[in-house]
Amino acid sequence: MSARPAAPAKASISLAWVGLLPFALFAFLFLILPTMFIVVGAFRTPEGAFTLANVRGLFTPSILAAFWISIRVSFWSALIGCLIGFAMAAAITVGRLPNGARSPLLTFSGVASNFAGVPLAFAFLATLGRVGLVTILLREWFGINLYATGFNLLSFAGLTLTYLFFQIPLMILIVTPALDGLRREWSEAAQILGATRFQYWRMVALPILWPTLLGTLALLFANSFGAVATAYALTGSSLSIVPILLYAQIRGDVLGDPHLGYALAFGMIFVTGVANAIYMWMRARSEKWIR
Amino acid sequence: MKGNRFWAWSALIFGLIYFALPLIGMTEFSFRMRRGEYSFDAYRVVLADPNFRATFSYSVTLAVLTIILSVCLTVPTAYWVRLRMPRWRPVIEFVTLLPLVVPPIVIVFGYIRLYNTSSLLPLTGTITGTNALLVAGYTVLSLPYMYRAVDTGLRAIDVQTLTEAAQSLGAGWFTIMTRIILPNVLVAVLSGAFLTFAIVIGEFVLAALLNRPAFGPYMQLIGANRAYEPAALAVISFGITWACMGLIQLVTRFSQATRASR
Amino acid sequence: MAFLELEHLRKFYGENEVVKDFNLHVEQGEFISFLGPSGCGKTTTLRMVAGFETPTEGVIRIDGRDVSRLRPNARDIGMVFQAYALFPNMTVARNVGFGMKVARRPKAEIEARVAEMLRLIGLPDLGERYPFQLSGGQQQRVALARALAARPKVLLLDEPLSALDAKIRVSLREEIRAIQKSLGITTIYVTHDQEEALSMSDRIVVMNAGVAEQIGDPFAIYGRPATRFVANFVGQLNTLRARLVDPAAGTVDLGGQPVTLGRPIPGPAGREVSLAIRPEAVALGALPGNDVTIEAPVREMNFLGSVIRIKAGLGAELVSLDLFNNAATRPPEVGATVPISFAAADVLVIED
Repeated sequence: MSARPAAPAKASISLAWVGLLPFALFAFLFLILPTMFIVVGAFRTPEGAFTLANVRGLFTPSILAAFWISIRVSFWSALIGCLIGFAMAAAITVGRLPNGARSPLLTFSGVASNFAGVPLAFAFLATLGRVGLVTILLREWFGINLYATGFNLLSFAGLTLTYLFFQIPLMILIVTPALDGLRREWSEAAQILGATRFQYWRMVALPILWPTLLGTLALLFANSFGAVATAYALTGSSLSIVPILLYAQIRGDVLGDPHLGYALAFGMIFVTGVANAIYMWMRARSEKWIR
Repeated sequence: MKGNRFWAWSALIFGLIYFALPLIGMTEFSFRMRRGEYSFDAYRVVLADPNFRATFSYSVTLAVLTIILSVCLTVPTAYWVRLRMPRWRPVIEFVTLLPLVVPPIVIVFGYIRLYNTSSLLPLTGTITGTNALLVAGYTVLSLPYMYRAVDTGLRAIDVQTLTEAAQSLGAGWFTIMTRIILPNVLVAVLSGAFLTFAIVIGEFVLAALLNRPAFGPYMQLIGANRAYEPAALAVISFGITWACMGLIQLVTRFSQATRASR
Repeated sequence: MAFLELEHLRKFYGENEVVKDFNLHVEQGEFISFLGPSGCGKTTTLRMVAGFETPTEGVIRIDGRDVSRLRPNARDIGMVFQAYALFPNMTVARNVGFGMKVARRPKAEIEARVAEMLRLIGLPDLGERYPFQLSGGQQQRVALARALAARPKVLLLDEPLSALDAKIRVSLREEIRAIQKSLGITTIYVTHDQEEALSMSDRIVVMNAGVAEQIGDPFAIYGRPATRFVANFVGQLNTLRARLVDPAAGTVDLGGQPVTLGRPIPGPAGREVSLAIRPEAVALGALPGNDVTIEAPVREMNFLGSVIRIKAGLGAELVSLDLFNNAATRPPEVGATVPISFAAADVLVIED
């Protein structure tokens, strides 16, 4: 890493960037340019002039409601996913469970975090749908009519419950290494200095894990905010969340204005971007102690 | 300490129930096709459907192509960044993580508008072009996982020394890449590849919006029109995902075993 | 009554007994070292005192109070760990003040005490730094300050210097000892480094396989090791096999030459006995005060800088002796036969 011979380094610097060219070209063509195209399109009239009308067009009750429900589903599924995932990861790392529990849970998390999309929706429909297993068992064994209680799988609660199936395992996968990184000496030093377990977690362990927790929360948020397939297969177009609205717009221009579609997509980037900006800001604030 | 363990068990058991119920539910449902008794009818119907075979093999083909493209892009790039351009690492890493922030539906929306028939690069005009675009899109989706895996693999070996040693023996870049670097990060590449496979096989939004007959849209279509077959499909894709993750574990464990025996 | 009492401590891990009937009384202000190889049970014993391990049997009393079943956070103990046990998310000052903060002491008192402790360890200006900005030696000093800040009754140190460079180890061990003396705090120090134990301790407990082999002050441990293990583990030692000739006069046959120790050695004539002598107790040539002189051929010579270590043959065995390097006198050649001498009183008879 340190001092390399000057002559060859100089000779290669002029050519070194060529090695990155294929990747840069690919990323530009298929990631950055399409995204930029959308962002720019959100601020342009069909004739190509600058306008804020498209973005202003988002501020209609139905679109705002779609954003609001999307944000709520994403936020709650991310937050609950973080909490439950953290509890389960803590159970297998610092919870003194038998060693046999750890490896199967991690493998399963790898599977479940990738078991998203259409099949996941089917699994939940077969379980909590109107003729799903749990719905029927609740009715036959306990006499509880789930759908009479106001529950509906094709709703905010149902969608959040379904998203948790990939959010929790993702949290487990990310936070387990971080929990492993907590040194035993920290907990012992805190104990011998008189701290209770609760004080140790509040003053030492959680502050140390804080950046990881925040980052995962932001990631989980973006993860469910952009998810289309699960919601679409679950609800069709009956639940109006942003990605489904955009999906319908792309397929059939349901909004009747192609540039409103750009604005909608821009709104999605904006929300996930803000989530990540909040994460980075909080991380920078809390992380003076990291080299 | 006892209370501690009680909470650990509660968290674990609560989680396991939550995860087990949908899996049991979909499996049970998939057997319910014949009235009054459990049967494999739903699976029989699904597997006999020519559309199932066509879309499934289409998705498998695309997954393989995606893996090839992804490996060709990430391995040399990650290697080159470690060897010559360490200062660019944060930038490259940021780019590879972007697909986690920019929703896939936005990316594919950009494709549709950018590469339509009236653009400079009218990829969506032909079937081959659309397929290529789909592979490119899947490669973008796989970037965060693939690049991370390869970069972690490269961290474990001394890229600098290996390269200089190979060069001193007269090896060219192609030889270094295929004979030295790739074998050394093979485990990482395979892990990334299986993960990519699992993602591509069931992917829905890109294929649906580009109108390609992939497995994801097929499943969605079945789901909208049939009752029991979707559950059977869910069981099948869960099996595929599990197989992919199992292969990752197998490869990792195998490599650890060979490394330990050396 | 001693200040810290460990009585009949035993610890089992399953079938495996890692600490066997350990007894120790420590006086107030005393500095005790647990010395032994890794796996000898010294750390386990220390962790039982701290409360991280529960003794299978036995009692631990601090200042007359039975603490054997108390949680670590109720024992009023300070502890310094091997390394990197500072809380990385807190500044030096907050690390040092942690114990008082969880005890809900007033803020002003904490600040004053932290400043006092930082002065004590010689780092008065580093309060606002984070642990990663400190060297290893500085981190361990802060760890010491943190352990002492809440005025514990007992200080435990678990190999605190083992992760540091040799030079810092020496200066820091002197500093730890000085601070310990000035505060008069009862201290247990676990180490596998005999030099540390010998240079710092009031008393040393040499441990092996879960047993306290010998408890004594550094001079006793070094000069009169009670067992073969202690003799071999602490310092360099020549062990020589000899045949007992006259038990009453203490005459033995050492490689064909009679040597009289002048004190009785138990056992019948003709039995084999093990003798031991420190290399520095053996001199080249006859020396006043050395009442035994024998002839021995030089077999090996190692130049160690300030010291030259010579190995001379005594029958089938080799005896090492140290010679201070002196530019004016040449050391003997390998192969030459030289007179070597020692005092009979320095020869230890080791019972197996």
